[in-house]
Amino acid sequence: MTIAETQQQIISEFSLFDDWMDKYNYLIEMGREVPRIDERYKTNNHLISGCQSRVWLHADMRDGKIYFTADSDAVITKGIVNLLIRVFSGRMPDEILEADTDFIDQIGLKEHLSPTRSNGLVSMVKQMKLYAQVYKLKQSN
Amino acid sequence: MKPFADNEIAEIRSHFPALHQKVYGKPFVYLDNAATTQKPQAVIDRLVAYYSLENSNIHRGVHYLSQQATQAYEDARQTVADFINASAANQIIFTKGTTESVNLLAGSLRQFYLLEGDAVLITGMEHHSNLVPWQQVCKQNQAELLVAALNDKGETDLDHFAELLDKKPKLAAITHISNALGSVNPVKEMIRMAHEKGVPVLVDGAQAVAHTSIDVQELDCDFFVFSGHKMFGPMGIGVLYAKAFWLQKMPPWQFGGEMVDQVSFEETTFNQLPFKFEAGTPNVAGVLGLKTAIDFLKQYDMEVIAKHENQLMQQALEKLLTIPGMRLIGEAENRAGVISFVVDGTHPSDIGTLVDKMGVAVRTGHHCAQPVMTRFDVPGTVRASFALYNSLADVEGLFQAVKKAVMMLR
Repeated sequence: MTIAETQQQIISEFSLFDDWMDKYNYLIEMGREVPRIDERYKTNNHLISGCQSRVWLHADMRDGKIYFTADSDAVITKGIVNLLIRVFSGRMPDEILEADTDFIDQIGLKEHLSPTRSNGLVSMVKQMKLYAQVYKLKQSN
Repeated sequence: MKPFADNEIAEIRSHFPALHQKVYGKPFVYLDNAATTQKPQAVIDRLVAYYSLENSNIHRGVHYLSQQATQAYEDARQTVADFINASAANQIIFTKGTTESVNLLAGSLRQFYLLEGDAVLITGMEHHSNLVPWQQVCKQNQAELLVAALNDKGETDLDHFAELLDKKPKLAAITHISNALGSVNPVKEMIRMAHEKGVPVLVDGAQAVAHTSIDVQELDCDFFVFSGHKMFGPMGIGVLYAKAFWLQKMPPWQFGGEMVDQVSFEETTFNQLPFKFEAGTPNVAGVLGLKTAIDFLKQYDMEVIAKHENQLMQQALEKLLTIPGMRLIGEAENRAGVISFVVDGTHPSDIGTLVDKMGVAVRTGHHCAQPVMTRFDVPGTVRASFALYNSLADVEGLFQAVKKAVMMLR
């Protein structure tokens, strides 16, 4: 499945929800299933800084693909990270770098894109793309 | 004295258009008043009227509009002086807000008064705006920042405060009411203690002005700062009050037009008070809006407002404490305006996100008081903060929303 196809799948999943509560219950559920980051990566170096909740993000490269793990002390934030991991993990650097994130808007989580949620989606996506950039450079060296 | 009756609250609410909207299709419950209060229609109208018909630069035009605007601006200064019972209007300096007021003071005092080897005393509950400016001045001038500890209830430890006063700080900068905990500092007593040791006192009144009446002469504080937007006025306008002695002694902090008397390429002499501290074109509309906000607030008895808010806080506490795992952060005997809490097993930002979806506006996070969060070992709190227009329905809305959020998160 490509990134676009995964995004499309998430959009159809979210379209089943009638109201915000179902949607957030789903996010909370996904927050409980985040591929846990190895404890040794839960350091300040892996922290995406901001003022609301703490998010740690780690990336590994295996066979040319990047695999993300993450954790957060807030469960909704973790659910959102998990969505992003579903979309971006196990991809080649170029796929990640070229992907857009319009699906966030389409599943009705637009408010998490606002700058006030400084630990929200924007900085996570940025950080994931940054990892992709770094691994891409490493590959070409 | 009785708190507001239901019909009185309805009347008060009718002045605030923002309260009558729906958020996500639900009635709007606004409990983020410690961040900023909503504006009464009169304040909104005042800004529109100024920009529609009165706009002109003040203090220099000889034309009609400039004279009108200058008069209105200076009348507003008198209104502010009366509001906090300053003895003269020229002790009122207009700034952008509390933060700029503190920076003005810090920027001026650091030039001649807070020098190497000196110390500044603050409390452990200060907002970053009354902490970072002093910390930076201390760093720049090799001075020491002394911090009076908080007890487990979130009150300033007055014994520790007294001990630190013995170190002869050059200034004590203390908040009147904590924005993160709601603790009310016994400022009058603390000022008396400081003055006994010859220490001047700055009171950060940002959280106080909408909840309690202020009399700077009775308090005998040397400096008092507050923002207009936390007391129903516009954003971008604030006040620094200082005793005349200090204002005369203090060098200007910012330079430019308006604050000067004679300028040549070699030298500049500065304008008289209060203008020497108001460089550049001021926020005239903001000042006029602030006057209107004060006029609005003056219709009500501050004691009644306080009683009303305390009653709402009490009711909110009683309800919230029925939620398992509910833990209050800050349980000072004397509290105003703010309830701060965490719920075991949940993160404040998750609660904030979910109650927002139910139309309830609260603040989550560290409330620009990170050392306070560190003191209580929490990543942040959920903060509900009250104003005179809040009602029992708001309290119920908050309770139901938090209860539901906690259920979802567990």
